Amino acid sequence: MNELSLHILDIAENSLRAEASLVIIALTVENGMLHVRIEDNGKGMREDFLNSVTDPFTTSRKSRRIGMGLPLYKMAAEDAGGQFAIESSEGKGTAVTASFELAHIDRAPLGDMAMTIAALIGSAKTADILFAARCGEKEYIFDTREIKQVLDGIDITDNEIIRYIKEMINENIQIIFGGIAL
Amino acid sequence: MKSLEELQAIRDRMKTQLQSRGTVGSDDISIVVGMSTCGISAGARKVLNTFSEEVEAKHIKNVKISQTGCIGLCKLEPIVEVTLPGQEKITYAKVDSDKAKEIVASHIINGVPVQDYVLAVINRQGENL
Repeated sequence: MNELSLHILDIAENSLRAEASLVIIALTVENGMLHVRIEDNGKGMREDFLNSVTDPFTTSRKSRRIGMGLPLYKMAAEDAGGQFAIESSEGKGTAVTASFELAHIDRAPLGDMAMTIAALIGSAKTADILFAARCGEKEYIFDTREIKQVLDGIDITDNEIIRYIKEMINENIQIIFGGIAL
Repeated sequence: MKSLEELQAIRDRMKTQLQSRGTVGSDDISIVVGMSTCGISAGARKVLNTFSEEVEAKHIKNVKISQTGCIGLCKLEPIVEVTLPGQEKITYAKVDSDKAKEIVASHIINGVPVQDYVLAVINRQGENL
């Protein structure tokens, strides 16, 4: 995967598959590092599964016996001078945190975060997505619960709404991280 | 600057349109894009985005776009399934943005599957044709 936002989509899809009703994705730029936290209130993992979850031969999937999502993401962070951690509690949820050195030559670009959030909204059915972008004093919060309230019954996955949401997120990312090469 | 107020205006316009169109029903066209690790790394997010933009740009209202996981054919991703009301399910393999545009123009709008990219045809009884 050549964009961090593709990894984020992949990891957050795990959250939705774990029956989360809320997935929180937070991007924070601080001291030359990009911190990404993906947190859900899904069904979580048993301890033995959690301990081997970054092994490519661990997966919950039935269609094949290999799970590459977390191992690839861990590698992307570690290759870029960052760290990777995963915490999970059965019945409570999972949090995946990763950091990336912004100036590291092997760091993949963030890529199209708005397209990632849009894809997640399409995948989420009734679940909600909260996306936060922070840099210093600046913060932007996008919350599908707020959007759904405004929409008042109109489907959030309607293609015109999705286009609007993508434009809104892109504009705000530009305001928060403008000038930083992400 | 995109704001929630502007979103309210879009909502109000869409509500009026919905009343004139009636409710969404089983006559919808279904597009399903595989969005697992294999699909995403092969370009499925872009493909999904293209379908969404094309369907909107061409003002096609009766299309439901959804996502699914890995079906075990990772090397053929991005995989897309298109089902027109009352017809066989057509599975496309190795779809990219340009192919997605062709599929919308030919299959979704004119009802003619793009044979060159078809991986399988499954009838309504679930039989592979």
